[in-house]
Amino acid sequence: MNILGKLDWSAIPVNELPAMLAGGVMVGGFVALVLFITFLKKWTWLWTEWLTTVDHKKIGVMYIIVAIVMLLRGFGDALLMRTQQAISVGANPGFLPPHHYDQIFTAHGVIMIFFMAMPFVVGLMNIIVPLQIGARDVAFPFLNSLSFWLFVVGVVLVMLCLIVGEFGQTGWLAYPPLSEKQYSPGVGVDYYIWALQISGIGTLISGINFFVTILKMRCPGMTLFKMPVFVWTALCANILIIIAFPVLTVTLGMLSLDRYLDFHFFTNDFGGNPMMYVNMIWIWGHPEVYILVLPAFGIFSEIFSTYSHKRLFGYTTMVWATFAITVLAFIVWLHHFFTMGAGANVNAFFGIATMIISIPTGVKMFNWLFTMYRGKIVFSAPMHWSIGFLITFAIGGMTGVLLAVPGADFLLHNSLFLIAHFHNVIIGGVFFGYTAGMVYWFPKAFGFKLNEKIGIAAFWCWIVGFYIAFMPLYVLGFMGATRRLSHYDYSTGWHPYFVVALVGAIIIFIGINLQLLQVVWSIFTRKKNLDLTGDPWNGRTLEWDTASPPPFYNFAHVPHVNSLEPHWDHKQYLLKHPEKKNEHRPYEDIHMPRYTGVGFVIALFAFTFSFGMIWDIWWLAIASCVVMFGGVVYRSFDYDIDYYVTKEEVEKIETEISNRNLA
Amino acid sequence: MNKKLAVLLSFGLLLLLGGCNLPIIIDSKGTIGEQEVRLVRDALLLMLIVVVPVIIMTVVFAWKYRASNKRAHYAPNFHHSNLIEAAVWFIPIMIILVLATITWRTTHELDPYKPLEVSNANPPIIIEVVALDWKWLFIYPEQNIATINLVEFPVNTPVNFKITAEGPMNAFQIPQLGGQIYAMAGMQTKLHLISESTGDYFGRAVNFSGAGFSGMQFTARVATQEQFDQWVASVKDSPDILNNDEYKKLVEPSENNPVKTYGNVVPHIFENIIAKFMMPDMDNLDEDHSNMEMMK
Repeated sequence: MNILGKLDWSAIPVNELPAMLAGGVMVGGFVALVLFITFLKKWTWLWTEWLTTVDHKKIGVMYIIVAIVMLLRGFGDALLMRTQQAISVGANPGFLPPHHYDQIFTAHGVIMIFFMAMPFVVGLMNIIVPLQIGARDVAFPFLNSLSFWLFVVGVVLVMLCLIVGEFGQTGWLAYPPLSEKQYSPGVGVDYYIWALQISGIGTLISGINFFVTILKMRCPGMTLFKMPVFVWTALCANILIIIAFPVLTVTLGMLSLDRYLDFHFFTNDFGGNPMMYVNMIWIWGHPEVYILVLPAFGIFSEIFSTYSHKRLFGYTTMVWATFAITVLAFIVWLHHFFTMGAGANVNAFFGIATMIISIPTGVKMFNWLFTMYRGKIVFSAPMHWSIGFLITFAIGGMTGVLLAVPGADFLLHNSLFLIAHFHNVIIGGVFFGYTAGMVYWFPKAFGFKLNEKIGIAAFWCWIVGFYIAFMPLYVLGFMGATRRLSHYDYSTGWHPYFVVALVGAIIIFIGINLQLLQVVWSIFTRKKNLDLTGDPWNGRTLEWDTASPPPFYNFAHVPHVNSLEPHWDHKQYLLKHPEKKNEHRPYEDIHMPRYTGVGFVIALFAFTFSFGMIWDIWWLAIASCVVMFGGVVYRSFDYDIDYYVTKEEVEKIETEISNRNLA
Repeated sequence: MNKKLAVLLSFGLLLLLGGCNLPIIIDSKGTIGEQEVRLVRDALLLMLIVVVPVIIMTVVFAWKYRASNKRAHYAPNFHHSNLIEAAVWFIPIMIILVLATITWRTTHELDPYKPLEVSNANPPIIIEVVALDWKWLFIYPEQNIATINLVEFPVNTPVNFKITAEGPMNAFQIPQLGGQIYAMAGMQTKLHLISESTGDYFGRAVNFSGAGFSGMQFTARVATQEQFDQWVASVKDSPDILNNDEYKKLVEPSENNPVKTYGNVVPHIFENIIAKFMMPDMDNLDEDHSNMEMMK
């Protein structure tokens, strides 16, 4: 028995140029980062301020940093695919053999959904939800830290597989029997399983955490129907997480049993049923789409209202429409496989259920339109993204409803039309929403604004690039082009469209670079863009009521609200009663959670556990389990988990903030 | 033909984009395909009733109510209107009601399992399809022949495809004749298609199944009855036999396979290919298990 299991030098793909290049960049970047931190002597600072933090704002910032890094990786994969398809026609096999190409499209899907979109939205919820409900932190600050670090384990695994082993070659949902040991004997699917399993558990814990936070931690006076729409959408997204993610855990668990212990849940033989996996993964997978898009809808609601300088049109309708989507999310999963051969009654039911979702979604779109109606619209960068969203999402929604008609889906299923559709809604809805949210709330998190001009230029690259990249894919779908092809013939007539799509992807790439430039530029010129008021956009909800960035306890006084737009109403009140402006209530002691490294340590051993499982290093997996269990026990008996910030300290911090802002 | 013309015209934009090549999905050659294409068009037109106004309103509202437009009316507290709320619920509900009715009807009409009822058509032909790694095996139980990556059948003849797979799941489609259906090991799906004109049509695997997936294509050749009979006779001359040994060789993964024909096929091999996943002792495909209780 080998002490390193299956692991040996052959696991390092030295002959695979793309993997080695990407891996080289990754390792180089990591080494540079380590050297840089050592040079600055910042290790202690990093540990005490960030790695052990339980502050929801810092955890949120870390989520979004990881999301942006993974956006670059996932987009790199996209560029490779677009390039391959633009050249691999006729006699030219392209530069990516199927073994690479199949890993790349699998990784692209997995990364963009699990390791770009999910952390982005969880990060935004982390930063904003507690501020919007007037809370000091989330309900379970330690679990929040644990969630984040478990999620990071997933990220590390999908990055590590570039240089040690391989990734799955199965498509992003790893349908069996292709993902079974018989057809995928390598470690690729195991990397996939453990990356999703560990980060999925992190997401589930986050879901519970935010569900409890929103229900239990709201400040006095904030009844459910006084919550901002973003909080509502976050609540619904977390309900979806709580119901859907256990299904993912179980499904992947069953696939693991098949692969590790020769079970036959999803095998072709011995009574296995691969179609059960397809059903189960989509029972998670469809709600997942709404987990991503509902918070984006919430972000757009905040932005349309703020920059139109108007109350949101139809708040109550918005809330009920969100709820309708939440419930309907669970009865539409079968539309992902009408072609499995279910009967006409089943297909028709799921098709019609899917279309019904377009009704509350359509209502939301009209409500945003009527929020702009009779407003005073400022065309800021977030507003650009939001208007771009309305137009793009209308088109994407239309092609989605088209695919919900089973008779039409039979023609277009698994074609590039489908690919164009879901990029249309995920880029146009989810990504535009998160980007808009990031620009909108950036000054709240960091105390200075992002450069508007570069932001708007990035938007134009994104939207123009999007249409150039994905409209040809709609046409290609009608021309019979299937997804996941690494090669095709000239006679298909597809070549020019793939070339155009590549041009679009390059324009999007420029857009992404402009977004990076926007952040870097804004950091260097931050002195000119400081947000001293805490309310740079003339906002309406509670998060604008505290300083930018907020002190770690968020609010010196717990807010009391009695309306939907407390900050806006407070400003109106001060306009009428300017004498109240300098009124100071006495400070009180503030109860806060202590930072802890236990989450980080448990996640570290979750990583060694996964690595052991992937490479059959059983002693490592077992030892890691023991340490993880020990970490949980230790934490359970640790009673020194909180402390009080004295009112003298609060006063000192508050004075510092007001002095800083006056200076 | 007028209906078909209308379908073609309504895809005018796509045609412009597509140059002189008619996108093959729209250029249907059989009634199933035509009905599905018409459905795509009707559904799109119906939804444009909402989508076009939304896009126009977005642009108009955004421009008209820009902050610099001093002439626009500003109503900061306008946040509710029963009339607008009623309209924005009512209009999408009506459209979805119509679309749902169409969906219910067409889903039953276009159910791939439903045998075709076409007037003036010849009696149907049965073709059994096996998705292998990475090629298509077609078995003609009535003619007792088999082919790889080529399926030929007569014009104006309903084709009853019975479909299964050996390894990973796949999907079977001849885009110009209509919709697709999954091919799954140990299971049988059905697809009923017809072609109204002769010619060679592009057919391919539509569900990713591994490394050789891109090359997993076949030709669907629609011939006159006479040509088809001649072709069957010529295939029968082939000395190759599709039996247990030959099938076990076919199961081995191979890419970009050329067309191959078998002049003879052991009986009930298709049923046995499906049954062997349930009963490991049925692994010899040459034995006839068709009289067993479970196969009926």
